[in-house]
Amino acid sequence: MRNLVPVLTVVCAIFAIWYAAAVWLNAPWAHNKAERAGTTLEFTELVADTWSQDKPKLPAPHQVGAEIWNTTGAMVASGRGFSKRSLIFHSWVTFSATALGFVLGTGLGIALAIGIVYNRTMDMSVMPWVIASQTIPILAIAPMIIVVLNAVGISGLLPKAMISMYLSFFPVVVGMVKGLRSPAHMQLDQMRTWNATPAQTFWKLRLPSSMPYLFTSLKIGMAASLVGAIVGELPTGAVAGLGARLLAGSYYGQTIQIWSALIMAATLAAVLVGLIGVIQRIVLKRMGMA
Amino acid sequence: MGWLAIGLGAWLGGWWLNHVLSHRPATRLTRLAVPVIFGLSIVVIWESLVRGLEISPVLLPPPTQIAATFAAKTHILWEDFVQTVIKGALTGYILGCGAAFLIAVAIDRFPFLQRGLLPVGNFVAALPIIGMAPILVMWFGFDWQSKAAVVVVMVFFPMLVNTVQGLQDTSAMQRDLMRTYGAGYWTTLLKLRLPAAMPFIFNGLKIASTLALIGAIVAEFFGSPIKGMGFRISTSVGQLALDLVWAEIVVAAIAGSAFYGGVALLEKAVTFWHPSQRGRS
Repeated sequence: MRNLVPVLTVVCAIFAIWYAAAVWLNAPWAHNKAERAGTTLEFTELVADTWSQDKPKLPAPHQVGAEIWNTTGAMVASGRGFSKRSLIFHSWVTFSATALGFVLGTGLGIALAIGIVYNRTMDMSVMPWVIASQTIPILAIAPMIIVVLNAVGISGLLPKAMISMYLSFFPVVVGMVKGLRSPAHMQLDQMRTWNATPAQTFWKLRLPSSMPYLFTSLKIGMAASLVGAIVGELPTGAVAGLGARLLAGSYYGQTIQIWSALIMAATLAAVLVGLIGVIQRIVLKRMGMA
Repeated sequence: MGWLAIGLGAWLGGWWLNHVLSHRPATRLTRLAVPVIFGLSIVVIWESLVRGLEISPVLLPPPTQIAATFAAKTHILWEDFVQTVIKGALTGYILGCGAAFLIAVAIDRFPFLQRGLLPVGNFVAALPIIGMAPILVMWFGFDWQSKAAVVVVMVFFPMLVNTVQGLQDTSAMQRDLMRTYGAGYWTTLLKLRLPAAMPFIFNGLKIASTLALIGAIVAEFFGSPIKGMGFRISTSVGQLALDLVWAEIVVAAIAGSAFYGGVALLEKAVTFWHPSQRGRS
């Protein structure tokens, strides 16, 4: 709570800068329009015009807010909450790809981490490649993965989820390897004096002590898999999803649509990461770790 | 059938060799050899699977074909490399990281700004910033300037958050010692706090190095002149020239690894005193 006032100040400053930038960036077009109409603009008229253009260079926050309301709340109120024009529909499409990719990526990441911790050969041969795999800009391959998987008959959710999976498994592997190795020598020796089997050591010592690491990686992985899903939607020809809205908006110069899709994506990211944070708090509290 | 047998042989052989090597005492040579053998056997398995199962090169070209395309089209690849990596990614990286560093040093003087900006910065760093790409392309035009702008926006917040955190990473004892020496703000900053912040700064620089390439390439999907790696990838996918796409991916992988490796080497030279670097020699 101590941070509330500073954070609010910063947020207000961001909005103020946004409004000012909207005036500055949209002014040439407003002046141009006034010149053709043979009039000159007072300052207040200029401001009013720059904040209410149809296709502004930078839409003002209230325009974006109105667009978001028109494509979510207003459509729900009129009973068309899930129509193809509503952002709820597009967010749902993106969310389902993100969630599937996230689950697959987390599963793969945990499996790889267990293999790496328990098998020396895998540790030495796979780990360097896991790190190298992330220096490759995987998003660059996204269009190709989509096209190729389409050609072999896999379409819809799975190709997008694959990209999300590739992006989200890495933080999980790195975090889980660290987490599974976090028990001290003393604790491992203690398990041995109790004659614990490797499975018991895993379930009762290694896995519980890796939980804080797992949740930190899950947050990063979730954000990454949302980016993967959005980029994965770009080459599908703007069919559905937040990425498709971005692409369609950029084709037709609909800046307000781009910004509203962007804000929705940001909200989605915040909600998903926040959800993991809540689960983390509950789990760690019940385990007595927080 | 023969190709499949070779693939199986490469798999078993590579596995066995790595098993033997990894159970011997680790030297620098085995540390290097094991991942290399793993990578090589993957490439051989790929090649033999594609040939053995007669997968169409339109779906997945074999590595030899990719290598041939790579050798034949070096001039195109070089042109794209200059456009995307040197002009787009590198310019944006330097501008973005430099600006983030300077602003971090500036806001470090004001605890109020620090407490306000850190949560917001952490929040923004988790957002899908890449979505800004179409807007920035609209503002800065199709050429490399807009790609550099996307990279600036992408690297800015991770770098800012890391630098601010790093600058706080000194203990009260150390700062008190500087005060007993009669050191002012600037001396303390240069001699104590910046060196102490270096591990964090390099962490930010490393994260930013992978983000920079991604940003530059993806921004080209939203419009670009008729060169650049992102442009080449999206158009070649349309023409089903997947061997060229893979060649671009190889370039991207080499550039990405070299970029990251360069930053890591620099880190090793600058933060040689840090426990995470001291352990391994």
